[in-house]
Amino acid sequence: MAKETIIAVSKAISEKFGELVLGTTEHAGDHIVIVDKSVIHDVLKYLKEEHHFIYLADIVAADRFTEDDRFEVIYNLLSLRDQHRIFIKTRLPEENPSLPTATDIWRGANWNEREAYDMFGIQFEGHPDPRRIFLPEDFKYHPLRKEFPLLGVPGSLDLPNTNPDAE
Amino acid sequence: MSTDSISTKLKPKFQKEHQLAYYKALEDKHTTIDVDQDPLGTRMILNMGPQHPATHGVLRVLTELNGEKIVKNKLDIGYLHRGVEKIAENKTYQEFMPYTDRMDYLSPYSNNVALCTAVEKIAGIEVPERAQYIRMVGAELARISSHLLWLGTMVMDAGAISFFIWTFRERERIYDIFDDFAGHRFTVSHSRIGGVASDLTPEALEKIRAFIAQFPDEIRDWKKLLNRNRIFIDRNKDVGTISYEDAIDLGLSGANIRATGIAYDIRKVEPYLKYAEIDFEVPTRLEGDNLARYFVRMEEMSESVKIIEQCLAKMERGPIRVDNAKKTYPSKDEVYYSMEGLIHDFMMTDTGVCPPAGVESYHAVEAPKGELGYYIQSDGTGHPWRLKVKSPSFSNLQGLEIILDGQMLADTVVVIGGIDPVMGEADK
Repeated sequence: MAKETIIAVSKAISEKFGELVLGTTEHAGDHIVIVDKSVIHDVLKYLKEEHHFIYLADIVAADRFTEDDRFEVIYNLLSLRDQHRIFIKTRLPEENPSLPTATDIWRGANWNEREAYDMFGIQFEGHPDPRRIFLPEDFKYHPLRKEFPLLGVPGSLDLPNTNPDAE
Repeated sequence: MSTDSISTKLKPKFQKEHQLAYYKALEDKHTTIDVDQDPLGTRMILNMGPQHPATHGVLRVLTELNGEKIVKNKLDIGYLHRGVEKIAENKTYQEFMPYTDRMDYLSPYSNNVALCTAVEKIAGIEVPERAQYIRMVGAELARISSHLLWLGTMVMDAGAISFFIWTFRERERIYDIFDDFAGHRFTVSHSRIGGVASDLTPEALEKIRAFIAQFPDEIRDWKKLLNRNRIFIDRNKDVGTISYEDAIDLGLSGANIRATGIAYDIRKVEPYLKYAEIDFEVPTRLEGDNLARYFVRMEEMSESVKIIEQCLAKMERGPIRVDNAKKTYPSKDEVYYSMEGLIHDFMMTDTGVCPPAGVESYHAVEAPKGELGYYIQSDGTGHPWRLKVKSPSFSNLQGLEIILDGQMLADTVVVIGGIDPVMGEADK
């Protein structure tokens, strides 16, 4: 039941945004609509205002490493009225990946975007508080990028002195 | 107070950039006009945590106070960041499961189920019915266990120490059940991709039946003690209120969003396991304050008891794991007494379950704290290419930052208790 309604929504997006919708994929009942990054803000706003996707569940960032557009950001939206989910995906280049912020559409995007910035170095233009979320500001790497080593970089984290007599 | 004074007064000793950016964020929080003079000296900056017993872990709250009132606050999380998403990319799906126990360490069973159902969804594995009912029993026991810890600590934060002992007595019984049922008391790791590790033993079944027969009486007694308790109500009513618009906008989940009047429960919205066949209610309240969260969670515990009763009644004899060595671990009998079993066991440990290449999917369950989801991208190997955890505590803490503004400082601990965050999950 929910499946037909979500197909209708993804059709409506394709009609409205034309060739800027780069494709749709489906696996195990999850519909993913891939859009160009120039219209991502408009698509999200349109979905919230016209299709009642008022709840932003999560923002997922991923590193595709060897592919052309290296990074991708996936918005996980839920409509509480129609009880269905849609995933909006956009791809970003390796150099200076940046996107317009979604905090003006859902305030809850704030921390999720900070997480994407912390882990992948994706900039969100117009974000009200663009700081790292988990790691300290002094840390210079983005650990979920594929080139970051699993064991970390020795000496990259400034730790407090554990010896009380040192000072 | 001039706004540049926080960073000049407090000289951070390590991670200087982080501390300065954090103080700056507090200063920049609202664009309200700050009074430059503070002749009475009532404004102060108070740093609470990360090592504070009432923050339920390592949460740091930086507050600007006017007298006893919080003018604005900023949260600092990440003190328990272990990089589990990075670890997941370097483990097979099954190897990663014990790590999920340590995320929401108050309800490990729900976390196991969340990961296993997510992997089963992306890899297209059908789980036998009995295993699904066993998982539901485990997940609901975990929900009760988590809510018991919330109840004990929240009432303790509100001033009643003895309550903590009573809820922990009941928690201890749940630990004993898990000991028989899963082989561990705390971090159970009992669910497997494609089923569960072991069947319910008759002793475990007897203990569960005894527990669900007696537990409603305990809830009744606690309600008698708290529902009309003047001190408890004064401490919680109209404290930490959030409107339903804000709750949706900020993406709160679990009991926190249900306390504002939105019946958002994954078990009803996107039924997984066998929840569609079970009769239960989603308790909601309209007030959105701390007292409403208390009522919602108390009702949820009663609903969980109902769900366990129905699961035990509906459970039929049958296999507890998929009989397909390409999709799940073979049973221990096969491993010990047949060559193929041993080879399959080795292959599962070495390679594991391989979902199709290039697909991605998301699956969420209703954990005690809210919507716990796993977004998995597969590259066709036994390791996830990317595994993203949508943790409910992370979303709820974001709401906490908004809720705390304008509250009294003494209510901070009660509000944190009411929101019920777990830092292991929020910090990943």
